[in-house]
Amino acid sequence: MPVEVVSVQGVSFQYQGAEALRDVSFGVTPGDYVGIVGPNGSGKSTLIRCILGLARPDRGEVRLFGTPLSAFDQWQRIGYLPQGLQLFNPHFPATVAEVVGLGLLAAQRFPRRFRKGDGEAVTRALEVMGITSIRHRLIGELSGGLRQRALLARALVNEPELLVLDEPTTALDPETREGFYTTIRDLNRATGTTVILITHDSGTIGRHASRFLYLDKRVVFYGGFDDFCGSPEMSEYFGPHSQHLICQRH
Amino acid sequence: MTFLEIFQYGFLIRALVAGSLIAALCAVLGVFLVLRRLSLIGDGLAHVTFGSVALAVFLRFQSVYTSLAAIPCVLLAALGILKLAERARIYGDAAIGIVSSLGIAVGIVLASLAGGFNVDIFSYLFGNILAISPFELGQTVVLFLVVCVTAGLFYPELFAITFDEELARTSGIPVDRINAILVLLTALTVVLAMKVVGIMLISALLILPAVIALQLARGFRTALVLAAGIGVVTVAAGIVISFLANLPAGATIILINIALLIASLVVRRLRR
Repeated sequence: MPVEVVSVQGVSFQYQGAEALRDVSFGVTPGDYVGIVGPNGSGKSTLIRCILGLARPDRGEVRLFGTPLSAFDQWQRIGYLPQGLQLFNPHFPATVAEVVGLGLLAAQRFPRRFRKGDGEAVTRALEVMGITSIRHRLIGELSGGLRQRALLARALVNEPELLVLDEPTTALDPETREGFYTTIRDLNRATGTTVILITHDSGTIGRHASRFLYLDKRVVFYGGFDDFCGSPEMSEYFGPHSQHLICQRH
Repeated sequence: MTFLEIFQYGFLIRALVAGSLIAALCAVLGVFLVLRRLSLIGDGLAHVTFGSVALAVFLRFQSVYTSLAAIPCVLLAALGILKLAERARIYGDAAIGIVSSLGIAVGIVLASLAGGFNVDIFSYLFGNILAISPFELGQTVVLFLVVCVTAGLFYPELFAITFDEELARTSGIPVDRINAILVLLTALTVVLAMKVVGIMLISALLILPAVIALQLARGFRTALVLAAGIGVVTVAAGIVISFLANLPAGATIILINIALLIASLVVRRLRR
């Protein structure tokens, strides 16, 4: 049995006394495309932060590629696109190539350096995202869609085995959003990159992802999207109308 | 006196060399600080420098050693600001304000105990780059090299945390350690800069060349080089003009920077 890319066991987390996650357990195997959905405040981003070591769970354990998080240091195996970057400083003076090149630092130890060969890796990542023509443009000058592609190129520059995306399509128009989902799905299928994607867009992620995790501080459902939509237990949990709304495929 | 004749004065050459080195450091660190919204840390640490200088004067240190004596206090204050913000859940700007007011209060009390403000303290408050001694120049060169080598060694990490701290963490970069290095380098630079523009105007030397460069630069590395260039040129021009026109050097340097800032804003607007 292959080592799980992500293993979450009994993770609980409180933020300023309020419960954010309760006894969350699930595993992600290589090549999975996991869509995480849930209502606002359901702990989706907190769960991702716990997985990436940005927040420390009060209880439970997270393992990345079989290694406990506290001992994990192979960050080049993970590409991350956080939600908050949509709010980042639009006047930041870095070019797209410089931002994408930052991702390569994950593969190094002190003393980290920008190297001559970095340019080729950056070009490859920009090609994957189809944005080589904007490499010299300032990141803050780009439209929302192009900026997300540039930041995704940064996440992909090390050709990671796990890609973690936190609500990557929030700032995108519907057409760009669909293109973004297609890019991620193609990447998952073509290279076997494991994907964890948080979204509110349950219908669309159900169409693209291989596994569906419904979170509401705890794991309500984890399995195939069709299983979720056909599950009498979920129908009982949500009510048939709400279940239908979640399962709507746009 | 012709323009070239002024270079026969040793004190002016010393002022230009020391001023240029310090200006380059301030400008480069300023880019990181401005983008991280930590601009006012320079102001806060400058106020602590005032307290440290008052302490040195109170303890009757020789004036050439005053800067050296200030270094440990300012380094401790820099770490204090970080710890207050990290551990005590105090906002960064409030932490700067707390440490800053402590520095000023200690300075005023010590100056009062020493018999009021004297010429020494005023020279640190308002700067006196033309009076820089060969010993102080040597000290500036050594500290310049320390800050330069350290900043160069950690440049990729500093760039990464400036772009986004969380992304830097998920790249395995020790963000807290790099933050500490940035504020310690800033603290050393502030101590150096007090001789150029004075404690009252140090934050301007950190902020203005960086902000001007950020209006014009088309890339992060370009912004750093441009800021250093602007810092060096404006400090050198300020020193020469102040000497020729018998004006205070620190204030002249800042006014030149403000003029350049206005020009850069116009250029940026015209570019759109």
